[in-house]
Amino acid sequence: MTAFQLAAPAWMIVPIILPLIAGLFCFLFNRRIFAIALTAALANLLGVCILIYQLLFFGPMRCHMGGWQTPIGITLRTDGPALLMLLTTAITGLAVTLYARGYFSYRILNPRHAARHQQQQRYFWPLWMLLLTGLNGLFLSNDIFNLYVTLELIAISAASLAALSGKPASQLAAFRYLLVSLLGSLTYLLGVVFLYRSCGVLDLDLLQNLMQNAPGIRAALALMSIGLLLKTALFPLHFWLPPAHANALAPVSVILSALVVKGSFYLLFRFWFEVFTPIITTSALNFMGTLGAIAIVWGAIQAMRQPRLKLMVAYSTVSQLGYLFIAFPLTRIDGNIHIWGIVIFMAMAHACAKSAMFMVAGTVFLHLGHDRIKDLNGIRANLPITVFAYGIAGVSLMGLPPSGGFIAKWLLLSSALTSSQWWWALVIIVGSLLAMIYVFRVMSHFFVIPEDYAFTKPTPVSPLMEWPALALALISLLLGLAASWPLYILAQGNVVLAQIFPGGLP
Amino acid sequence: MITTLLYSMTGLILFAMGLFTLIIHSHPLRKILAVNVMSTGVFLILVAAAYKPLGLGKIDPVPHAMVLTGIVVSVSVTALALLLACRVQETSNLDLLERRKQEARPKESNQ
Repeated sequence: MTAFQLAAPAWMIVPIILPLIAGLFCFLFNRRIFAIALTAALANLLGVCILIYQLLFFGPMRCHMGGWQTPIGITLRTDGPALLMLLTTAITGLAVTLYARGYFSYRILNPRHAARHQQQQRYFWPLWMLLLTGLNGLFLSNDIFNLYVTLELIAISAASLAALSGKPASQLAAFRYLLVSLLGSLTYLLGVVFLYRSCGVLDLDLLQNLMQNAPGIRAALALMSIGLLLKTALFPLHFWLPPAHANALAPVSVILSALVVKGSFYLLFRFWFEVFTPIITTSALNFMGTLGAIAIVWGAIQAMRQPRLKLMVAYSTVSQLGYLFIAFPLTRIDGNIHIWGIVIFMAMAHACAKSAMFMVAGTVFLHLGHDRIKDLNGIRANLPITVFAYGIAGVSLMGLPPSGGFIAKWLLLSSALTSSQWWWALVIIVGSLLAMIYVFRVMSHFFVIPEDYAFTKPTPVSPLMEWPALALALISLLLGLAASWPLYILAQGNVVLAQIFPGGLP
Repeated sequence: MITTLLYSMTGLILFAMGLFTLIIHSHPLRKILAVNVMSTGVFLILVAAAYKPLGLGKIDPVPHAMVLTGIVVSVSVTALALLLACRVQETSNLDLLERRKQEARPKESNQ
């Protein structure tokens, strides 16, 4: 009966197997499709909570699938960063599940396209569950080839989800998205092959011990990084992101923007700072930081120029992803743990704030039938909760206290200044100012009610579409106040950090 | 050793050729084929990696498992890409048809 004890590592398969089963059931049963998905999302959150409980009381764990030991078998492992990403995915995933229910119910009410929306809903749920399986697998896997499989799983389901909307623009964007993802996965796979030929193992822990400055390993690092950067949409490789994210259905945009790009980034970060650490040079770190800095400014400028709300939010993702890469050159001084804290914070705050923003954009689009920024005047009168959620999410994106974005940017700023690399600090400040401009530009339209505004009786929007956005926005805002909790989880099993803060974190 | 190297180099060349075609050509079918050629190149290098020199006797089974998994993934991804390419073609053609109709209508009324 050991498998049912709370300490058993076998709990690790719960977040992977549950959404997979739910996805299959969603395909099979047409009727209770939402109930199945909601149950899976709730159970997923519960499973992640159990894993966090395990981490806090028993430390990081390894689970050898099917009893096969390394180097043959596939290993799953839990540690602080993985669990925090899982938790973010589970919470955002639950909110998206609720929002998607409201979204599809609202659209099906429209008699003209009811059949089309019903079909979209029918395909949305299984694909979303499959995507959740892939993401959870990505965060838990400890085997570079298994990671490739999860990457492909994510690519397939994400591209299908992006194509769901049925508009010609979204079809083309989804096709390009699939090709770019494929190119990224194949480049990553080529890197895996190089690494396997050089080291002969696939397990991340074993690879860490075998790391040396050999040409094969350096080539592997370059190939894997390029593949993952393509999927993460760092500056010169971001071309596919705005059309794919902005043309998808609203719940799909939320998933793609908040979760999918974080998956490949998380992997890249883990490779750079856990596996390949000995062979990373300072110039490589600076290169990544520079690309991140350009992404921040370029993405923000593009976001300011966009005429449509969804495109603005999509370009804001390009900009915000840059902050994650600014953290790279700041590692040499502070060591890895500090940087994990910054990056995880940034990822969590951005995931919550950006999903709230895309939900708002979707609700506004449904309410008005368009999302042209200059025609959004007076929407606050009809959708007060949604507009409030937009404002709070904007606070987190700009990095005003006490939001999670503020904590992340504050940590970035202080590391940049203490390591006397002031130019990164400059970029962070400029980026925040630009973010303020593009967020306020929309906000001013939201709140200004023109003189001749006709107060039409608002079409009732389902509460399921308004409250999840507000809840996520509030989480991203309050994350800054509860900042010690994620850091406490990160410190578990992390020897260096535990030495710095012996009695728990301040 | 020479054989392994030959297979690996061929695989790399295939990968590079596929990448080149993927970037240069704009036709969807060519792009899909290019991705397939790229994946074949990677699989070829993997198969070559399974060979162990010095008469060790055993062939490493792990790369074979990886190639099999990779082929399954590649087939399903190709199917999805083809479906999407067909959809793109259809929807864009429909647009073209509608545009032609709209262009044709005023001419008819003028006549």
